[in-house]
Amino acid sequence: MADETPRPSPIEAEATGTGADQLTAPTAAPPAQHGGFVAALVAGASRGLVPALAIVSAFVVGALVIILSDRRALPLWPSDPLRALGLSLESVAAAYSALLRGALGDPATYVAAFGSGDPQQIVAAFNPISESLLSATPLIFTGLAVALGFRSGLFNIGAEGQLYIGAMFATYVGFAVTGLPFYVHLPLALAAGALGGAIWGFIPGLLKARTGAHEVITTIMLNYVSYRVIDWVLKQPFYQREGRTDPISKIIEPSAQLAPIIEGLRVHWGFVLALLAAAAISWLLFRSTLGFEFRAVGLNPAAARYAGIGIARTLVLTMSIGGALAGLAGTAEILGANKTLTAGFSPGYGFDAIALALLGGSRPAGVVAAALLFGALRAGATPMQSATGIPIDLVVVIQALVIMFVAAPALVRAIYRIRAPAVSGVEGFSKGWGA
Amino acid sequence: MELQLRGITKRFPGVVANEAIDLDVRPGEIHALLGENGAGKTTLMNILYGLYRPDEGEIRIDGRPVVFRDPGDAIAAGIGMVHQHFMLVPVFTVTENVMLGIESTKGPFGFLDRAAARARVVEIAREHGLAVDPDAVVEDLPVGVRQRVEIIKTLYRRSQLLILDEPTAVLTPQETEDLFAVMRSLRTAGTSIIFITHKLNEVLAVADRITVLRRGRVVGTTTPAEATRESLARMMVGRPVELEVDKGPAKPGPVVLEIRGLTVRDDRGHLAVRDLDLEVRAGEIVAIAGVQGNGQTELVEAITGLRVPIAGTVRIAGREVRFDPRRIFEAGVGHIPEDRLEDGLVPGFSVAENLVLNTYHLRPYSDGLRLRREAIIATATELVDEFDIRTPSIFNDVANLSGGNQQKVIVAREFSRPVVLLVAAQPTRGLDVGSIEYIHRRIVAKRDEGAGVLLVSTELDEALSLGDRIAVIYGGRIVRILDPAEATPELLGLLMGGAHPEAGLPEAVGAVEPGGRADG
Repeated sequence: MADETPRPSPIEAEATGTGADQLTAPTAAPPAQHGGFVAALVAGASRGLVPALAIVSAFVVGALVIILSDRRALPLWPSDPLRALGLSLESVAAAYSALLRGALGDPATYVAAFGSGDPQQIVAAFNPISESLLSATPLIFTGLAVALGFRSGLFNIGAEGQLYIGAMFATYVGFAVTGLPFYVHLPLALAAGALGGAIWGFIPGLLKARTGAHEVITTIMLNYVSYRVIDWVLKQPFYQREGRTDPISKIIEPSAQLAPIIEGLRVHWGFVLALLAAAAISWLLFRSTLGFEFRAVGLNPAAARYAGIGIARTLVLTMSIGGALAGLAGTAEILGANKTLTAGFSPGYGFDAIALALLGGSRPAGVVAAALLFGALRAGATPMQSATGIPIDLVVVIQALVIMFVAAPALVRAIYRIRAPAVSGVEGFSKGWGA
Repeated sequence: MELQLRGITKRFPGVVANEAIDLDVRPGEIHALLGENGAGKTTLMNILYGLYRPDEGEIRIDGRPVVFRDPGDAIAAGIGMVHQHFMLVPVFTVTENVMLGIESTKGPFGFLDRAAARARVVEIAREHGLAVDPDAVVEDLPVGVRQRVEIIKTLYRRSQLLILDEPTAVLTPQETEDLFAVMRSLRTAGTSIIFITHKLNEVLAVADRITVLRRGRVVGTTTPAEATRESLARMMVGRPVELEVDKGPAKPGPVVLEIRGLTVRDDRGHLAVRDLDLEVRAGEIVAIAGVQGNGQTELVEAITGLRVPIAGTVRIAGREVRFDPRRIFEAGVGHIPEDRLEDGLVPGFSVAENLVLNTYHLRPYSDGLRLRREAIIATATELVDEFDIRTPSIFNDVANLSGGNQQKVIVAREFSRPVVLLVAAQPTRGLDVGSIEYIHRRIVAKRDEGAGVLLVSTELDEALSLGDRIAVIYGGRIVRILDPAEATPELLGLLMGGAHPEAGLPEAVGAVEPGGRADG
């Protein structure tokens, strides 16, 4: 063998384009052996290609839904298909442009605002983007919680419950502790929120490690428990707002509130916190010793055990950190946006998180991108409904379609005739359904 | 059927997998295709089976050029393939598996005609000595029988050319003999067989002609009469190969592994290792010989901390150890696990990450919290070079490496750090001659450095040629420890079967089966 030069097999050769990042994964510049920056760009682009095409496909199918439900155009199809088509396309264009304006702002408004030179008008023009980022904030946190679980082979469906318990802890610290300056009170409230979520994640982690109880079952059940805990706590005198009979908490002290990033817009510092959390999780997964253990356990628990990695410890830690992230989602929502805890304040951030983690390929940067998309869709939906009468539900349909296409990469590749990449075990989430 | 391949070339991005390959297979011939892992055997067969289209060249059957767009075309032309990994439905019966895809039906509603199919299965089985119960459910069958089902499947489809891809890799020696008998019977009936392998003894035993591939090209075609193991190995590897292990006498030092009264249960709760005592000294190789399933797996798992025994102690370098993988690693034990992909590697990790799989938490690879990339990359680059691991880069997933190179990743990891004891379980299973030679040399080198080596092998040749002492295991006990000089294959065979030759009581000579694991 000594006289042979290294010669990659066909499979290996195909893999070189995409498999170059394992040691460092998404955050790092690629090793010099792989052609540097350009190779990284190509690898990154090909990784995002299927999700991007899935989004395009979802909007195309969404357009069909609009056409098929267009009451003006529908009766005209048999008699005057051209006119019907014209009307339908008008509806699609109107809906999508309203969605876009609702999510990113109206170019005309920007021009007018900057033209006037009035700072207040300029700030107001940015309101749609602010709303998109506001919606994305809790989604980034919960998406990271689920993605982290996927990396360790765990299917954390309990982000919703962890979010509520985190919010409950943060709210209590937010209103019950008084007289502190914000730089003490705010971190304290954030820590409390993370702790609450961590406890709610720790329980299923411990159950799995000790008894083998499947986390899908236990986290779903703990979601229900968390709803009832919130119902209960909101009726307790120490928690319920004075003079109210409905379930609503006392109001967060100003010193514990997450302030708006720009005065006049609703997006608050929680968004920045979410981005920092994504960076931290990325570091944890791909740069730290602990992350090495998480990923090893997620990809091959038997080999991880062989290597001396404590499986039980890893499971408990993953679930606890994931819970803390989900807890911060609820915390940011309370301290930044709502300022008070109510039952059912989350429109399913913890469940959308599963979709986000899938869409983002369980990579922190991917989760952020996916959360920004979903946040924008959410923010743009209401303006779209008020402008065109097309119901908000269209956005739900599009979100569902995105997930469907992402979950069926083979379908997307077939539609767009993309060659399948060499298989690698990066997407470890399916392991969650194992024993 | 007469098959001719002419000038077959197949390129993959960055590599020519097959280059201008000519191959003739005559009617009623067993034609062995020999080559190392990655020599292009499988690519060539996938072209022949319609899974790949060749970039150049043509396939002729009985003189006529043919083009296969998919396996359906190849099957229709009379080509059948038995893959390394069987394509059977576990919950179906043998007959149902055989008829799957070309179901025979009867009546106006197209009910399955199982009876007719079953009758043909029985007939094919009888004709070629393929002992199979047509009504058995496949998941209950041992591997050797499943392979027969695959062969029946191809014959049911009236294949005249059978491709067997590494058929003996999963078989016991007895099952291999049975397979050869079937192959000879098929040859007599006029079926041509392409037999893909890298085991030299088998090629010489069963083939009519032998074509050797190396790096995508045909090196030559020969016959068993003209060839020897040495000449074939040289053709495969491209240089002379040491088939015998070259090692000097052992210089045993102090005891590094001391096992006392070890008793271990297997996954089903049965006693797999019973009150076992064993010592391994520094500077010697103790080979555990035995038929698979006599407690070897559980013994190794206990020594390496993967399985907690119910009784007994293990001392490493004089200190009793807790049964925990990391503690035992820290006591200075290297472990080449039996199942590479299951225990030894994380397939989705890069070569670099796998090379530090059990040292990632130590300096210089980690400062406790942070992985130190530069140190990991430096070590990985060094080891890939030193241990000749063939990979496009250290950042490629280990899953995409060939079996031999995957094993080298493990060997590099476990051999590159100082150990007092090396536990090697089936270290060469499924590897080609070049890799086997290499790994044997490394094991001997480790011994000569002063490590104790515990080698577990079901390959008798390997145990005999590497072991300084041969410990025969049967029914979870070490029944005898032999000097290699006195360990003839006959005596070993008897001991491995549970007989007591010196007592004149060959009670269970015929029972050389994996049945030594009686309930405890």
